[in-house]
Amino acid sequence: MIELLSENRCTACNVCVKACPANVFDTVPGSVPVIARQQDCQTCFLCELYCPVDALYVATDPEHVTGITEGAADEAGLFGSYARALGWRKGREGGADQDPTHRLRQVSLSTARPAESRSSKP
Amino acid sequence: MAELIQLNSDVLVIGGGPAACWAALAAREAGRSVVMVDKGYVGTSGATAPSNTGTWFATTPERRARLVEERLKQAEGLADIRRMPRVIDTATQHLHVLAERGYRFPRDDDGDLYIANLRGPDYMRFMRMQVVRAGVTVRDHHPALELLVAGDIVAGAAGFARQLGQNWEARAGAVVIATGGCAFGSRILGATGLTGDGQLMAAELGASLSGMEFSNQYGIVPLHSSVNKGLPYFWASFYRTDGSPIDIPPGQRFPVLARESLEGPIYARLDQATGALPDALRRGQPNCFLPFDRAKIDPFNDIFPIALRSEGTVRGTGGLKRTDDDGSVGIAGLYVAGDALERQDIAGAATGGGGPNASWAIATGVWAGKGAAAFAARLGSRANDRTVRPTGQAGLRPAATVRDIDPARAVALVREELLPVDRNFFRSAPKLAASLALLDAAWAELRDHAHGTGAAAFRLREAAGLLASSRWAYRAAEMRAETRGMHRRLDAPASDPAQSRRLSVIGVDRPRLAFEPHTTEVAAS
Ligand SMILES: Cc1cc2nc3c(=O)[nH]c(=O)nc-3n(C[C@H](O)[C@H](O)[C@H](O)COP(=O)(O)OP(=O)(O)OC[C@H]3O[C@@H](n4cnc5c(N)ncnc54)[C@H](O)[C@@H]3O)c2cc1C
Ligand code: SF4
Ligand code: SF4
Repeated sequence: MIELLSENRCTACNVCVKACPANVFDTVPGSVPVIARQQDCQTCFLCELYCPVDALYVATDPEHVTGITEGAADEAGLFGSYARALGWRKGREGGADQDPTHRLRQVSLSTARPAESRSSKP
Repeated sequence: MAELIQLNSDVLVIGGGPAACWAALAAREAGRSVVMVDKGYVGTSGATAPSNTGTWFATTPERRARLVEERLKQAEGLADIRRMPRVIDTATQHLHVLAERGYRFPRDDDGDLYIANLRGPDYMRFMRMQVVRAGVTVRDHHPALELLVAGDIVAGAAGFARQLGQNWEARAGAVVIATGGCAFGSRILGATGLTGDGQLMAAELGASLSGMEFSNQYGIVPLHSSVNKGLPYFWASFYRTDGSPIDIPPGQRFPVLARESLEGPIYARLDQATGALPDALRRGQPNCFLPFDRAKIDPFNDIFPIALRSEGTVRGTGGLKRTDDDGSVGIAGLYVAGDALERQDIAGAATGGGGPNASWAIATGVWAGKGAAAFAARLGSRANDRTVRPTGQAGLRPAATVRDIDPARAVALVREELLPVDRNFFRSAPKLAASLALLDAAWAELRDHAHGTGAAAFRLREAAGLLASSRWAYRAAEMRAETRGMHRRLDAPASDPAQSRRLSVIGVDRPRLAFEPHTTEVAAS
């Protein structure tokens, strides 16, 4: 679930309010947005990608709040880590053309364990 | 109450995933004006956006024949050999359109464009840009709650604009439903908005569904995560708590893991990925590594706990039944695309994941967009002057006295009855009957007493959609007294040749079921 909105980093651009498909955030006039409906979060990590300044952190547990602190997330380099892994920067897409998935699917098709490859759904 | 938002167009598209975007583009290309209303945000909502989807495509007749052959083998008699090639061809053609328009597919080692994979966040952001550029009016956070009809003809929809706190009404010459599958409240990638709303709205007008018993596909997730991505587990070994390996006979991964998960915790390790593979996996599938990196697990060397999580009809095959290739479902003015449709045509009793579903969303999206555009064109410009009436029932127009009904309780019930492996992966007549008694009671309560406006109506309609799909799924599972594909009956573990037919269901309140007369699969010659 979404757990952190770093007030230190956030520029109150409200992109996350718009882009979150589950409508988790609310705008606050004159301030940074709030996580208003945390339980609606679908743990899709997409707000992290859309935030232009890497101010959001989504913990991977979709059912329970882990209680991670901003300090701990910062120290572990977690803010913006998904965007960096994909090649997105400043809330803009990038990196799809560098995707090496063709190497994976090549192997998964050619190492012919036919019955198993069927049940392995990419 | 704040003012009503009034929208007008030739074609109204309900949804914001790939099927909706392709439908909107096709309708614009046919010269129609298009409004698109999404429950979430077009670009991030739906099952594709947070995922990576493999595609189903063929650039040669030989490859196409092989793809059809492969799927026929798994479909257990319920696929349609005539329709599969059309889906593959239309999807392939439009994957090339994507490339022409500038979507940045990678190149493979031979320097050829690699169109076999779409990176969800990039693909859906690209689709949003295309839709906006084409002149489609996009309304985010505008869930549709019900359809509007003029006489017997669908003429629009009505809903609630969540961020504006206003109701909206959209008039149109034709409507496309592309609201995705039903995930029964499962916490998998992209599933929050997938509550079966479109299936409910269409069924309220008399549309049939089919294949709803195939609504129990399960996927592997690292325990306590939402990431139901299957690809990395191709290189996995599986273990029990004592470290002993779980032996998996070919093709038996899911039944074996499901059984083991009822005995105790299960674990995996990606220990068959060696050499250059770990790096390629990491760079190619970054979302798979979020649960590992954030919990400091090295999945190639550490054994990590996993769980099986329901994927409902998102990777199952049940949904609204097409009466024609253009996505009509037997109701004038209404067209359906993507996961909201049943996908037995391409997948039969097995999952359509791994490529067919993504390509189905493209192909059926294009077809529904064209179909809706043609219908709207025939009606002409006066279509939106028609007198309309709303058609939503449960949650909006109670049959008896209004009472305070908590939609969260209904959602919790659906999750309890539909998600557990021991209830829904391994089915049996007594378990199904017990679940149905509870689901029917919750349905009756909602239908008779629930009444909401605004945000409350939105939550009640989601609960109604979830309950409706649950009841269709379990009724169909009860009726199909055999084991076929993902539908496994402990009390009928063999498949019965006499039931090698599709099963359809009609009616929201009192669903009526019938086996379809003929299997549609034509033997490969
Ligand atoms: C993790 C994961 C991996 C997958 N991998 C693959 C793969 O490799 N290959 C493959 O073929 N398939 C794959 N799939 C399946 C594929 O993602 C779906 O088949 C595809 O997204 C279906 O597209 P769609 O547009 O029909 O529905 P979706 O993409 O689910 O979109 C549904 C849309 O409808 C909107 N909506 C819902 N209700 C309403 C309402 N009442 N009013 C307005 N809008 C509404 C939602 O907000 C959403 O935008 C995967 C799915 C998951 C979850
Ligand atoms: S997108 Fe990022 S910067 Fe913008 S409001 Fe949200 S958290 Fe703040
Ligand atoms: S993880 Fe997804 S659902 Fe959760 S807040 Fe971020 S964008 Fe919204």
